[in-house]
Amino acid sequence: MTTAEKKIARLEVVEPKRLEFGKKWDYAPAPESTEHIKIQSRYELFIGGKFVSPKSGNYFKSINPATEEILTEVAEANEADVNLAVKAARTAYEKYWSKLPGSERAKYIFRIARQLQEKAREFAIIETMDGGKPIKESRDVDIPLAVAHFFYYAGWADKLDYAFPGRKTRPLGVAGQVIPWNFPLLMAAWKIAPALACGNTVVLKPAETTPLTALHLAQIIQEADLPPGVVNIVTGFGKTGAAIVNHPDVDKVAFTGSTEVGKIIQRAVAGTKKKLTLELGGKAANIVFDDAPIDQAIEGIINGIYFNQGHVCCAGSRLLVQESILDLVVRKLKDRIQTLRVGDPLDKNTDIGAINSSDQLKKIKELVQIGIDEGCKIHQSTCKLPERGFWFPPTFFTGVAQSNRIAQEEIFGPVLSILTFRTPEEAVEKANNTAYGLSAGVWTDKGSKIFKISSQLKAGVIWANTFNKFDPSSPFGGYKESGFGREGGLQGLMPYVQLI
Amino acid sequence: MQISTSSTVDQVGIEERAAALSKRSIKKQTKIEGIKLAISMIDLTTLEGKDSPGKVQALCQKAIHPLEGNSSVPSVAAVCVYPNMVSVAKKALKGTNVKVASVATGFPSGLTPLPIKIEETKRVVEMGADEVDMVIDRGAFLAGEYQKVSDEIAQVKEACGKSHLKVILETGELETYDNVRKASFLAMQAGADFIKTSTGKAAVNATLPVTLVMLEAIRDYWYQTGKMVGMKPAGGIRTSKQALQYLVVVKETLGDRWLSNDWFRFGASTLTNDLLMQLTKEATGRYQSLDYFTID
Repeated sequence: MTTAEKKIARLEVVEPKRLEFGKKWDYAPAPESTEHIKIQSRYELFIGGKFVSPKSGNYFKSINPATEEILTEVAEANEADVNLAVKAARTAYEKYWSKLPGSERAKYIFRIARQLQEKAREFAIIETMDGGKPIKESRDVDIPLAVAHFFYYAGWADKLDYAFPGRKTRPLGVAGQVIPWNFPLLMAAWKIAPALACGNTVVLKPAETTPLTALHLAQIIQEADLPPGVVNIVTGFGKTGAAIVNHPDVDKVAFTGSTEVGKIIQRAVAGTKKKLTLELGGKAANIVFDDAPIDQAIEGIINGIYFNQGHVCCAGSRLLVQESILDLVVRKLKDRIQTLRVGDPLDKNTDIGAINSSDQLKKIKELVQIGIDEGCKIHQSTCKLPERGFWFPPTFFTGVAQSNRIAQEEIFGPVLSILTFRTPEEAVEKANNTAYGLSAGVWTDKGSKIFKISSQLKAGVIWANTFNKFDPSSPFGGYKESGFGREGGLQGLMPYVQLI
Repeated sequence: MQISTSSTVDQVGIEERAAALSKRSIKKQTKIEGIKLAISMIDLTTLEGKDSPGKVQALCQKAIHPLEGNSSVPSVAAVCVYPNMVSVAKKALKGTNVKVASVATGFPSGLTPLPIKIEETKRVVEMGADEVDMVIDRGAFLAGEYQKVSDEIAQVKEACGKSHLKVILETGELETYDNVRKASFLAMQAGADFIKTSTGKAAVNATLPVTLVMLEAIRDYWYQTGKMVGMKPAGGIRTSKQALQYLVVVKETLGDRWLSNDWFRFGASTLTNDLLMQLTKEATGRYQSLDYFTID
């Protein structure tokens, strides 16, 4: 071995010292109580203001992904059920909703918002039990944001005449909406609130793994005394969603979910009069420059990829680090992921909950294996995972190239791919070199650089020195295969109105 | 002089992180252990012009046995006094593990000439101070005279001999988190054993985000040099809830190694009684009147 070779060999084995995050002063379990939560043994479809049994006669089970225990069974809507729901929505539209002045519609939406706010704790717990996300997130993020969304769009209902200067608005009719399992109630709010504010009626299908909060929202809608049929909630699988999308009397289709299904939907509505918005997958670049506030950037990286177990379409799943600070960032990340508390989602100190379903866990494992097989270096938290339920430890890969599949495909799990760049130009080029374009992050202390870089990034949402921040007044949506149309803000009214 | 801190601090981000950590739910056994840990980390402090030997003796008694008759409650880490009370405290604490800490270097302004600061330091060490709490010249720091600030710390450190040096940054007067980080590095590089937020005499004293900034600076310094530096927030920490939040921040920023009174202290005077009250509450299930806890 030559001296030079020796030197390299020695450098490779020197691992920097790690902080110790062990058992000293370990936190005792602090589980949120579920005693006062009433989950029914069976949930029916919500059609025409009533809870009705499905024509299909079928029910499917909804489980708690953290324990694999069956929580309840939920009605499966078939084409006949969807047909009834669309009919109810059409009648409600013709008879009541389109005839109400905006100020009256607003009252109903405000009422939903207030009721939801009052029952926030109950909703947070159900969301966590049904979907596996940590209670601190459902409590501090999902439910408050859903409430805020209803409040925000309630405010628009009587101001539509002023939303688009020189133009008046007219509702579209019946909106068919299909939503995903990662933010079940929040996505329902994103869909229902603007649709109602603009004067449309709704047929909504929640995801099959997380239907409960939408059905409890249906109860609130019933209690709020909305005219029957203004909001209809039909549960089921992909077939139910397809029945909504393909129904000839639906005027507008809104879908949030995978790019794969989004493409099928776009084909299905091609040639019809249906208006379409799609909010699909992402592979966001989170770009960290060497002049960034590093410790806050680390928090942003953590929040960007491990928030909601990485089940976030705008997750910062591709970390682009300036080469000069790569070692420091990796060292800090290695220490930081050890402090992430993985476990019981109902525990108030849990940072990372359960993977939403066994299917999703399988998909994550497959892609992680591909990362390993392609030669990327894996780093994982050594945390202990619960024996039952679906779990995956916080993971990141170094030595990832643009061409690796884990740098291109959406993993939708707590798995980060770290790539490097040398110049701002290279950072932008790599960030944009993807089929997606939903979100991006820029970390630098230089204000001018933020503006320069963000104006070159092809993504619908760009965060500077922060990540995963949402507000109902801020539009959200994608470029390219991440979809089209915007939700939130003034722009979020557009998909639900005709301008005249 | 350039200080190599390797990074800046984002105000929004650091405050968000501190707020997130302060939401940790600390209950039951964790709370009891945390309170005991916090008691063992206290630098029980009296820094008033009207301090008398009697007052200091009483405080020392409290320091040794915070809750008389309950042996599961540990002693505090140290008693912190003005220089003229060092010998009184030393005598009162003889034969115990409780250390004597003295403020020095023209505390709290830190504006006496350097030779006097050095002389003062030497004297308190001679009188028996195990730890010296000095305060940096904020005027010089804010004027950008980093070399001057650094030299002062280094010389005071030398004057300390074997006694530990805690360097007070007086973060309330430095105002920005970037300044706090810069001053932390400056102090550590000049030889501080501990860095400390405040004198307790400024309008703004210890805060959770400032403490987090300093802990992250300590972490980065350890990353760079392998040297451990201690941390002491002081002033304004009055409740058990606050104290536990600080412990959470230490635990999740620096980990197990720093979770002891060798590396973390609270500078506080009234915190002790609140900790004792909470501890008694955990044991009995009832809150006691403050009359049951001694005011020293």
